[in-house]
Parts: sequence; C-alpha cells; structure tokens
Amino acid sequence: MFEDLRELYQEVIFDHNRNPRNFRVMENYDRMVEGFNPLCGDRLTLFLKMDGDLITDASFQGSGCAISTASVSLMTEIVKDKTEAQADALFKTFHEMTTGKEEHINLEAVGKLAVLAGVREYPARVKCATLAWHTLDAALKNEQQSISTE
Amino acid sequence: MTYPIEQIRADFPILSEKIRNKPLVYLDNAASCQKPQAVIDSIVKLYSHDYANVHRGVHTLSVRSTDLFEAAREKVKTFINAQSEKEIIFVRGATDAINLVAQTYGKANIHAGDEIIITAMEHHSNIVPWQMLCEEKGAILKIAPMNFDGELLMQEFEALLNPKTKLVSVVQMSNALGTINPVEKIIELAHAKNIPVLLDGAQAIPHTIVDVQALDCDFYVFSGHKLYAPTGVGVLYGKKALLEAMPPYQGGGDMIRTVTFEKSTYAGLPHKFEAGTPSIAEVIGLGSAIDYLNTIGMDKIAAHEAQLLTYATQEALKIDGLKIIGEAKEKGAILSFTLGKIHPHDIGTMLDSLGIAIRAGHHCAMPVMDFYKVPATARASFAMYNTKAEIDVLISGIKSLIEMFG
Repeated sequence: MFEDLRELYQEVIFDHNRNPRNFRVMENYDRMVEGFNPLCGDRLTLFLKMDGDLITDASFQGSGCAISTASVSLMTEIVKDKTEAQADALFKTFHEMTTGKEEHINLEAVGKLAVLAGVREYPARVKCATLAWHTLDAALKNEQQSISTE
Repeated sequence: MTYPIEQIRADFPILSEKIRNKPLVYLDNAASCQKPQAVIDSIVKLYSHDYANVHRGVHTLSVRSTDLFEAAREKVKTFINAQSEKEIIFVRGATDAINLVAQTYGKANIHAGDEIIITAMEHHSNIVPWQMLCEEKGAILKIAPMNFDGELLMQEFEALLNPKTKLVSVVQMSNALGTINPVEKIIELAHAKNIPVLLDGAQAIPHTIVDVQALDCDFYVFSGHKLYAPTGVGVLYGKKALLEAMPPYQGGGDMIRTVTFEKSTYAGLPHKFEAGTPSIAEVIGLGSAIDYLNTIGMDKIAAHEAQLLTYATQEALKIDGLKIIGEAKEKGAILSFTLGKIHPHDIGTMLDSLGIAIRAGHHCAMPVMDFYKVPATARASFAMYNTKAEIDVLISGIKSLIEMFG
C-alpha cells in the first residue's frame, strides 16, 4: 500500500525509531544543547563527551517522529570517535544529501546515514532529519544552549 | 430534500485533483477550506471587468469595485445577523481581529491589576495578543480550565469572574479538540457582571449558524479562508457602541475624515478601523462564499458534518491503539487523535502518500498539547464536501500504516 514511501521509510529507520541507540542522559557531559523544531514540536537534548577535539561519546533524549528519532540515533553512532572537523564534514555532506542541492552525493562518505537520503523528496520532512545535525553543529561550536530550526 | 453532495463536490474544482496518483481526500479543513468555483469566478470576474481601488475615485470602475465591496459587507452583516453594516470591520483574519481589539479596546480599558479570562483550549491567536497586552499593562491573564474530555469547567469559569475581570475572550469551537463551548451560558454569566465577551468564531462559523444578536456577544471574529473564501480577509464584528468608543487601530488613508499636520480627525464606522487599501478581491470573494453557502443552507451543512463526525468517531474507535483527543459531548467536525508511539508527522506523511490530507502537529495550541502530554496530534477535519466514503479511505489508511510501523 505504501510502495511510494519505501524510499523514505526504510527498515533501518523503523529499527532506529523502535530502538533508538544512545538514548540516555549522559553524566559528566562536556557539551549539552537542546534542539527544537517549533513547527512540529520535535525536541531533543544532545550530550557530548569530548577529549580535546575528539568526540568520545554522544547520547540524546527527546521525542520526535520516526525520521528525526532515527536521524539523531544514527548520528550519535556515527560521530563517536570522530574529530570535530570530521563531524563537521559529515554534517555538511548530510546537509547536501538531504536538501538535494547537489545532484551527485558520495553516499559512501556518509555510510549508514544514506538511508535518510529519501527525505529530499519530501521537503516538509527535511527538517525532521536535519534537526539532530543542526543541534550537533551548535554543540561543536559550543556557542548556544538551544537551537531552533525556525 | 437530500443533501446535494454530488453537486457540492462538483462545485469545488480542486476535489478532482490527484495527489500522488490517488484521488484527493481533503481532511485539513480546520486549517483552511477549499474554494468553490463561484468564489474563484468572482475574483476572476472582478479583475477582468470591475477592478479599481475602493472608496476613492469618481470613475466607473472605482464605483463598481466599491459597490461590490460594500455589498460583501452587507452579506456578512446578514450572514451573522448583525444589527448594522457599520458593525462589520474587514481585517486580514481572525488573528488580526483579536489583535485589533487588544490594541484598541484593550489598551483603552484594561489597566494594571485588571484581569482577562481565556480558556485552556485557545488557539495561540487568542492567547498571545492578550499576553502582550497584559505584559504592557501589568494586567493578568486567567485561564479557565477544562476536563480531559476537553470540556470547559463551567463552575471554575464562573468562579474566575470578579470585579477585576475586564474581558472574557473565548473560542466558540476548539480547532485542536473540536469542542463547542457553551458560549450562550458564558456570555450570560459574564454579562451578569457587566463583562464584555469576545468570541473567536474562526473554527465555528463554517459549521454552524451564527447569530451575533441572539448570542449577544460583544465581539465576534472569524477568518474568510476557513469559510470557503480567500485568504487575507477576516471580520471583526463589534457592537456599535463599543466600536464607536474605541480608539482607532492603524492610522493611514481611508480611516480619516480630515488630516492636517497639527491634527487628524477619524472616519466613522466601519472605516475608522480600515486604514489603507483593503483586500478588495478577497472581501468580494468572501461575499461570494456566503452567497454559495446560503444556496446550500448552513443548517443542512451542519447536519451533514455531524453525520460525518459520528461515523468517523465510531470507525476510529474500532482501531486498536487509536486514542481520540477531545471527546466533548458538544463537538464540531474535528477528529484529533494519536496512535501510540507512531508520531503524527509520520501519520501525516503516510496518509499523504494515499492522497489523504490531514494536519499533524500542535495545531497552534501548544498549551492543549501540554495538557494532554502529547507533542502533537493527527487531526482529520471535515467540511461540507466530505463523504463517508472518504472516511473509509482514511480509516483503512490508518490501519495500513499501523501495520507498516509494526
């Protein structure tokens, strides 16, 4: 019945939505930023543990749709043991992948995150996927306590 | 006479659109309604044959435009049974109308320590303008609570009325829950203490007969676009004596009698509150929408929608895990619901892939979401052109997406 949607709702997304990874409050975090999408009410709190410019741990709390939950869950997995510069590069590639400004995205560079490429066909849902990454961006810049997609 | 549903559907060209290769099932009417051909034609005809600015020129087109514009005011007056067309102020929408009252009546009459009462089920448009006024004046916003069915607690409401209360501003029908408030009783209780009442009719007016004289409300506001008319036009009704005593809202052309650099004097009603060139085509479109509704009859529309709501509610309750948000005994054609852990935005995207348009989100009523401890709900809202067959499509879509989510 939902053939058209399989590109957007891949099994990996359902899996991360049902069982989000790193879904916990972090004790002794170094960075904590809240991300909020006032349009839909999605809310998350991102925690980072840093060692110099290395992200040694990432976790989150919050509630949102399947796309936003899967996105933040996947993100906390992939940024672990990445440097700030590597995470920032991922953010940029992810952003290009989901907003569709580039025709040819190197999906290998984003690994598992490629399952979220389908949102580019759903402009109303792009912010669901990018909220996590904008929150990470703010955490890495260490300049804000909360960010909003609007 | 049976309800002419086939004819009505044929009158709305957009209803034959295909969305993602499926017939459109438009159930987002509480956000905005679709437009009948008669409304679309009236705008095309205006711009093709009759358009010029209103209230100014002596030339033929200006006279034609002005006549059509003022005829629309007369239609609104009759539609809500106001006493005089001077009581019909054209604004941009219900939000604009509430802001107008807050910035004029509110600024002149509400002072430090005074109280304004709203309810727990208001749209942001009937919260924020009062918060802004209260902040400026040092006044206090009081919230009349509701129960879990989404019904106003009338005893608690009554207990809030006191000599400091300067205004009651209440939604007639909740956009997030569908609740229809007992506005007659609210007005009676407030008036017994000489407190004026504003009714936010944005959601109610497409579903019910509104008679502002019978209601005896002091202000009534609504938006055109929820009444099958264009966006960018709404109405503030106010009792003449109140409007006359109020200071003007925005200054500019059309709202003045004389202007010198030392002092300006203001126009009479309704122009005092209509600074600048109005939404001419949109106002005329609103007049056409009212004509169209009158050919069907608001009583028949209300009866049709009540049947749809009863059927949708009965079928929705059969779905395991579906929870209806808002179960007031008196309810308009809105079905707000949640599906356990499936987020409303996912519901919205999935139903869209089946051609079904619903709203998913907080419905500009964040305090209502907080009350029910949900981030958002999915909302199907019905209009004069919806059918039981469309509700069947909705219900089967919901069942399928629950399966897909697993």
